[in-house]
Amino acid sequence: MNYKAITAIAAMLTLPLAAHADPDDDTLVINEDIEIVTKTAAPAHLQDAMDEIMSGWHFRSDETQAMEMDDFDNPGMVFVEKALVAWDTADGTEGKSCADCHGAADDMAGVKATYPKWNEAAGEVRTLQMQMNDCRENRMGADAWKYDAGAAIDMEALLSAVSRGLPVNVAIDGPAQSTWEQGKDLYYARTGQLDLSCASCHEENYGNMIRADHLSQGQVNGFPTYRLKNTKLNGIHSRFKGCVRDTRAETYKPGSPEFVALELYVTSRGNGLSVEGPSVRN
Amino acid sequence: MKLVSLTIAVALAGGAAMAAEVGPREVAFNEDGAVEVSLSGMAGDPASGAEIMAAKSRGNCVACHEITALSDTPFHGEVGPMLDGAGDRWTAAELRSILVNSKVMFEDTVMPAYYVIDGFNRPGDAYTGKAAQGDLDPLLAAQEIEDVIAFLMTLKDE
Ligand code: HEC
Ligand code: HEC
Repeated sequence: MNYKAITAIAAMLTLPLAAHADPDDDTLVINEDIEIVTKTAAPAHLQDAMDEIMSGWHFRSDETQAMEMDDFDNPGMVFVEKALVAWDTADGTEGKSCADCHGAADDMAGVKATYPKWNEAAGEVRTLQMQMNDCRENRMGADAWKYDAGAAIDMEALLSAVSRGLPVNVAIDGPAQSTWEQGKDLYYARTGQLDLSCASCHEENYGNMIRADHLSQGQVNGFPTYRLKNTKLNGIHSRFKGCVRDTRAETYKPGSPEFVALELYVTSRGNGLSVEGPSVRN
Repeated sequence: MKLVSLTIAVALAGGAAMAAEVGPREVAFNEDGAVEVSLSGMAGDPASGAEIMAAKSRGNCVACHEITALSDTPFHGEVGPMLDGAGDRWTAAELRSILVNSKVMFEDTVMPAYYVIDGFNRPGDAYTGKAAQGDLDPLLAAQEIEDVIAFLMTLKDE
């Protein structure tokens, strides 16, 4: 049996690599202005697993890539426009808008790059959407937005758009560390009847085709993503849910503590890449 | 390609006097990790095996493996090794083991176990994302696995 296993491995090594679909070496500059770091050295905590981290942009076709190079061609920017209106619109019992407290949306540049983030008063790690809802409920007297849906994902796209080009830089130490560890455990935990973890596909097999899909590193720096497949903006937790479902597992819910922890961990695997959302994917 | 499965016919003649199905909890692995007895008690049909391997809703083997004999089906994956010549590299009993539970031969592999129904973390109700209700069905039925083995045994290096 050992002999057989070795033969199989030898057979694997001598396979012609003709069909191998490596990530490409293109560079991404948006609106001939914003330079996006789409490949860089892996952060220290990841260096046992990989040397280089890459945006999912490198794994998409030239046509899909091109849609992200100009905001007029990026269908995700329509939702950013919608969120700009919401930014200035008063809502809730306090009659306040986001702009009343935060000024221009552009002034929020850099915020998205540090989320998910420890919130001292609440004693928890919060995603950007959780923080937005805290403002809505406690400062505006408005209803919380549904997680990863409609207005929430549009606003996340706006806050991402104004941070494009800045390096993702989430803190993983201090009070956030235990949540980060929880997220790491979830990343490496195999789930479902197919018994696969995030790492099975996005760490061990990025660059490989799985049927018609070109596996990326599963980075989240490009979120929210506009997907040509469902022609809308997709949130990070919705993507996680789809990937877990595809292992024939019971998924966690968008907004659940498990997905918050997983978002912190997966985001930290992209520390050093540029904020890129809203990106375009298939 | 000649779609015959001599090895399986021989194994059957020796092993399974009664054509009783071996359930997912009853599979016996020998000391080399192989599974000698047909799961269905019957021989496999290689033509059906080829269909099962290509179909997304059944084996979906081409999601991860390239197989020249199935090149009519588009989009073969690269996650696992190419399966050309698998019938030379492995015996039917070894292939049965790889199909039933690939982790017996390949520790920590990403290849799913096609005839295991216990021990999963958060098993779901197929691809609904909801929790599984009651016992899981194996990914492939006993006869489907025998059909796949019969097809794999036709994959010989010329
Ligand atoms: C069975 C394989 C598989 C597993 C397991 C899996 N994914 Fe994915 N994932 C895919 C495929 C296929 C895509 C689409 C192509 C791509 O972007 O990699 C994808 C895409 C993604 C993306 C979008 C990347 C982008 O740039 O748009 C993220 C994020 C992601 N996965 C995260 C995860 C996480 C986190 C887990 C574990 C909870 C996970 N995936 C488990 C197959 C998988
Ligand atoms: C999610 C990916 C995946 C799927 C789906 C999959 N396999 Fe595999 N398979 C692998 C990997 C990876 C290996 C290499 C073993 C290891 O992990 O070391 C393998 C190994 C094998 C081998 C031994 C390799 C050789 O040729 O020497 C056979 C035979 C095989 N698989 C058959 C199948 C069949 C038949 C199916 C479908 C019923 C299937 N596989 C589905 C990933 C997969």
